[in-house]
Amino acid sequence: MNTGRRKLITTGLAAAAGATGLGAAVKLAGKYDLLAPDSSGIYGPGEALTYATQRLLTRHSMAREFRRDQISKVPFVNGPLPKDPALQAAQAEGFANWKIEVKGLVTHPMTLSLADLKRYPSASQITHLACEEGWSYIAEWTGVPLHHILNAAGVRSQAKYIAYHSIQKDWWDTIDMEDALHPQTILSYGLNGGDLPVGNGGPLRLRLPRQLGYKSVKYITGITAIDDVNKYTKSLVPAPPESGYAWYAGI
Amino acid sequence: MGPVNTPRHNGWVRATHWLTVVGFFALLVSGLEILVSHPRFYWGEAGNVLTKPLFIIPIPASRDTVPTGYNFVLPDQNGWSRYLHFEAAWALVLTGLFYVIAGLVSNHFRENLWPSGLSWQAVTSVIRKHLGRETLTGSASYNVLQRLTYFAVVFLVIPLTIWTGLAMSPAIASVFPEAVIVLGGQQSARTLHFFLTIFLVAFVILHVAMVYIAGFRKTILAMIKGDIK
Repeated sequence: MNTGRRKLITTGLAAAAGATGLGAAVKLAGKYDLLAPDSSGIYGPGEALTYATQRLLTRHSMAREFRRDQISKVPFVNGPLPKDPALQAAQAEGFANWKIEVKGLVTHPMTLSLADLKRYPSASQITHLACEEGWSYIAEWTGVPLHHILNAAGVRSQAKYIAYHSIQKDWWDTIDMEDALHPQTILSYGLNGGDLPVGNGGPLRLRLPRQLGYKSVKYITGITAIDDVNKYTKSLVPAPPESGYAWYAGI
Repeated sequence: MGPVNTPRHNGWVRATHWLTVVGFFALLVSGLEILVSHPRFYWGEAGNVLTKPLFIIPIPASRDTVPTGYNFVLPDQNGWSRYLHFEAAWALVLTGLFYVIAGLVSNHFRENLWPSGLSWQAVTSVIRKHLGRETLTGSASYNVLQRLTYFAVVFLVIPLTIWTGLAMSPAIASVFPEAVIVLGGQQSARTLHFFLTIFLVAFVILHVAMVYIAGFRKTILAMIKGDIK
């Protein structure tokens, strides 16, 4: 057997082993919920690797918390307020009638006011809000951990993701149950000791400090427990719509 | 020149070289695109347009929230840029892992990259020869300065670039907070990542220049086919 032929056979065997290994890895990842919903297409492999690796690494991790003296002097407001009629109307009445609807794969769907939310145990965190663009600020966020609300609503076992909706038209995002139940994932209504300013997402923003800022959607009015992100949303990440951002933003 | 069937570069060195070329180019283009969304750099944990920058790159931005002095805003390309950046990073990390294992097993590093006989005299001798325009080409082996540079790029600069990149990730920071703190904070990591990129680009320019000086056709063929002929 000449070396060329031996090389060809070795390469073939290696490729076959690689393909089989890859197939098994994909199956295993699916079984343990390690497959990102955007694991297809040309950027699928990179996304699948990032999500699976970070999920395995971050199983019990907590976002970094900072000292009080590290809080940024001004909590940066990223641009002017959105010209959304529903938001403007709510702001005009001082957010007095703000409601959040909890529905989907839950045993007790419910509608909560801001006052209802504030009756749940609250939590505060001094965390970093980092935008994918490169800027960031540190602030103290106060709110109710999302797991309190999800437990009260009774999330059914088929639910694998939580979708959260902004009052802004066609703006929502989704997270997996691990992030949804994480103690630092909060529905935040307070910033640096006061009410959450509207420019920073007030009256209610979902804070998710282990992911970049675009997953922390502002002006939350709805929480929906779902089983499949790809069936639920037309475009995976509608923040802003059609921008094509990665679903997982841990990096 | 060695015997005809002794390749100048091993097959796996050639393969990982060209994979690295493709991956580095993808990282550079997508990284530049991400940089354009906020061409300001800071030191410390946090930084935004309300805080004092360490320095500003005087180019237009792809966000209207960044005051650049230009009257136009570039289109937002961060969606695909971020996807491509991390996919290329994975491809490069996997290529690099293969390269390091193969390099250790085959003694490639010890024979071809380890700057043996490293001393000031050895380094200055190479520099003197360069300044004296004495020809250094045609050698089958790298001189001590080349070895030192390649060694530093492979085992110092590239690992530091990966580290500073990962230190920007809030999820990675939640697992390894010290990896961010020792760099001076998340914004410091971003700034260092930028400087390391500048270093790597300078290295690539120098590397390509030397390929030209050593004979473009000959060296490129050696890296494609293996032998110099």
